[in-house]
Amino acid sequence: MNPNLKWKGLFIAAVIVFCFYFLFGYPTFPTSFAQVKDNFNKQIKLGLDLQGGSHMILQVQVQEAVAQETDTTVDRLTTALRGKNVHYDEVRRVDDTHILVRNIDPSQYSVLSDIVGTQYNNVWDTAPAAGEANSYTLTLRPGAVAAIEEQTVTQAKDTIEQRINALGLTEPTVQPRGGRNADEILVQLPGVADTAEARRVIQAGGQLEFRLVNDPQTYPSVAAYMAQHTVLPAGDELVPACADNRDRASGSNTGDLFYMLNRAPIVTGRDLRSATETRNTTNPGTWQVNFTLSPEAARRFGPFTQQNIGRNMAVVLDHCVKSDPVINARIDDSGMIEGNFSQQSAHELAVVLRAGALPASIKYLEERTVGPSLGADSIRHGVQASILSLLVVMFFMLIYYRLSGGNAVLALILNLVILLAFLAMSGAVLTLPGIAGVILTIGMGVDSNVLVFERIREEIRNGKSSAAAVEAGFDNAFRTIIDTHVTTVVSAAFLGFFGTGPIRGFAITLVVGLVANIFTAVYVSKTIFQYHLTKMDRQAELSI
Amino acid sequence: MIELFKQPNLDWMGKAKYFYALSGILLLAGWISIFFGRGIKYGIDFSGGTNVDVRFAQPPSIDKIRAGLTAQGIGTSEIQPIRDISAKSSNEVLIFVEGKGQDEDLMQSSRDKVLNALSATYGVATSDKPDFNSNSTTPSSLAAVLTIRDPLFLSVNAGDRYQQLARKILDYRDSEANGILTNFDDLSKVPGVTPAVLNVIKSSFSLGPFTIRDIAIVGPKVGAELRKQAVYVTLYALGGMLVYIALRFEWVYGAAAVLAVFHDVLITLGFFSLLRFEISLTVIAALLTLVGYSMNDTIVIFDRIRENNRLLRRELFASVVNKSINQTLSRTILTSGLTFLTVLVLFLMGGQVLRAFSFALVVGIVVGTYSSFGIAAPIVVAWNRWRGHGVMAGTGTAAGNKNRGSENVTGRLAPAGRR
Repeated sequence: MNPNLKWKGLFIAAVIVFCFYFLFGYPTFPTSFAQVKDNFNKQIKLGLDLQGGSHMILQVQVQEAVAQETDTTVDRLTTALRGKNVHYDEVRRVDDTHILVRNIDPSQYSVLSDIVGTQYNNVWDTAPAAGEANSYTLTLRPGAVAAIEEQTVTQAKDTIEQRINALGLTEPTVQPRGGRNADEILVQLPGVADTAEARRVIQAGGQLEFRLVNDPQTYPSVAAYMAQHTVLPAGDELVPACADNRDRASGSNTGDLFYMLNRAPIVTGRDLRSATETRNTTNPGTWQVNFTLSPEAARRFGPFTQQNIGRNMAVVLDHCVKSDPVINARIDDSGMIEGNFSQQSAHELAVVLRAGALPASIKYLEERTVGPSLGADSIRHGVQASILSLLVVMFFMLIYYRLSGGNAVLALILNLVILLAFLAMSGAVLTLPGIAGVILTIGMGVDSNVLVFERIREEIRNGKSSAAAVEAGFDNAFRTIIDTHVTTVVSAAFLGFFGTGPIRGFAITLVVGLVANIFTAVYVSKTIFQYHLTKMDRQAELSI
Repeated sequence: MIELFKQPNLDWMGKAKYFYALSGILLLAGWISIFFGRGIKYGIDFSGGTNVDVRFAQPPSIDKIRAGLTAQGIGTSEIQPIRDISAKSSNEVLIFVEGKGQDEDLMQSSRDKVLNALSATYGVATSDKPDFNSNSTTPSSLAAVLTIRDPLFLSVNAGDRYQQLARKILDYRDSEANGILTNFDDLSKVPGVTPAVLNVIKSSFSLGPFTIRDIAIVGPKVGAELRKQAVYVTLYALGGMLVYIALRFEWVYGAAAVLAVFHDVLITLGFFSLLRFEISLTVIAALLTLVGYSMNDTIVIFDRIRENNRLLRRELFASVVNKSINQTLSRTILTSGLTFLTVLVLFLMGGQVLRAFSFALVVGIVVGTYSSFGIAAPIVVAWNRWRGHGVMAGTGTAAGNKNRGSENVTGRLAPAGRR
């Protein structure tokens, strides 16, 4: 045999073995049919649309974090200016990124510029305010804004990831989405078709604070408080009760309820070391969340509880009072949160507390949930349609092109094997549009074979010998095949680069299928022809 | 050997005016439908909104669902039965709540409203047992129940073994029972389900009358993003092809091919409007596929024209084109026929998710094949005629030669490598 042909054959055999290994023999070498099946199922990863599951795109409201930074700066600046006895009318937030310092004593301006220069260098810029004498506008630098936003998104992503992971789902994905400076997070939960729990956990703010209750009384409204006391003491704040805590005063839910609390929290969610749900022993049937504090927080918490025995301490969760237990004894590093919890809600709160608070609220931009039965439906239909169309095509090719049709059938099957092996190797997921891409690959594969065979027939009609006709047929058809494939690959590449989700899945299978097709329909098919030609009589007619 | 055509000898270019007329009629019909008739129906990907796909155990009453939705304040929602081509009656319904001008948070609440309406009208069993048909009954939650009740008295690996059994049981629910089990006794068909297991399931679960197959909520921001993306991707793809063909052939070939493909997309969109199929993200993928196919067809013919141009220098350009189309005719018919069969199978068997996708291809392959010889080739011929060249191919410059008109250059379409 032609040595060249031998090497070609070996190369093709190697490719086939390689593909089969990745499809069926990996990760554990199979010893039974069940293992082969198992390997295959493990290697071909299905997209959410086929296996069922949910997909959410969340947007982190980063401007909230920026506004919060500005608020904090207003507070700090006020304290600093007061500390240095600087005279001014007011320091207030103009908008999310601007602060106005009004009517500062001209002789003391240097103090302000000093504070900004030393504490907020590269963060805030100072400039005289337009139209007002002795007033200055502080502007948050764009670079600082970007840094805050980036940090917020990263922190939100990490928090959500921890919360989702704590739910114990299989292979959840939490990742940033939309390139640089994007504020979006993609959450994918394979196999989860009921997202209620996940959404509750993601959305929970999780801002926990323990604050001292300054007034044993509660008030039905802010106005009611003002009627009694006329003025709000500095450092105090009226905080509403959570919806499930409104029956505290009267035993029945009478609407809004306000507590008078110290502004400054003693302990916040950041001081928590752990949180777990347990049964409430005093109130059977309900649940509570037990927590432990970090050693550093415990050093603050111990003396504080010691001093305030007999007073109430409010548990404030996401800006409302969850409960206000009486401090009975000194507490150092552990405690509990009671409330009207079921096991489920106590578990969710514990998960949220463990992961920490979200740095800003989030919005759902998109959510798609595919139930398991629809996924199963789609697989069944997709696979049935693929197999049926493959059979129709093969049948036709065998009838129309006789022995050469067998070539085409082999090329088509090998094409599919390579395509699936690529999916297995690269870890790319097979989606429903991906199956459509597979079917289109079958179509393109048929086209390449038809082009070659028709060309060979033409050459035979023109009087060429079998060997020469095969050679000329492949040469002539090759140019056309390259042109058609490159054009389609060009358009599929655009789909892959710029498209998302289903479009990309489609593009990937199409591109890989087309490349595999050039290999199978030209290289492999030609090798088989050449081998066949060496075996047959030089004058014999080709079966085509 | 079997042959479709022995030696076809048809005058394709002589019939160009009929092709133009046919295309004109199709384009006009689609155009009228899009702009004055039914318009284009955008799917949720582009319009934004909330879609809930529900399958019921019994054929549901649309009026009852409507009443339930009205009670929740979303009575104007669209309720559309989904019918499988083979099935006579449909147990599946798509509820669409429009999201125009709505905030993302509002759209979240419309999902809750739809679900509330469904459980209110189709009363999920009042018992406090969890619904077996609900999506919150997962292999792990079912396995947990089985492990606690332990109907098989498993001592070794009970958790894992019940997990496997639970997966099999729910596979049965999702595949054989189409997601909605109507009788617990059907589960006895699942290998490993003994009467004891069945009793545990019966006593721990209730059977709800419907199951949620699919929920999609697309906010205005994502909708706008996807719309933009679809348009850009299509234009980039067309631009990329134009450049490639212009490089491999000549610019007029590229322009003709892109025009023909554009024509195919417009006609397909017209059919979508006429038959009220929805345009979704996957349909965009299908449109791009048909662009690829139509291009493919056109290039095969152009390739032949390029080759014949070198061989048949004495002939009229139009007759070179005719000859090229005739020579590639059996290939065109075979490939298009087989591809058409493939997508027809997909259309008939692919299920509702792929229906619109495969419809685009069914129409697109027919139109795309036709446009290669009916639109793209005649445009190239017409352009050459208009330039006044190539009337007698051998005697003058022709076919968009770059040195056209200057002198008697005969290399009309040199192979790409030589330019």
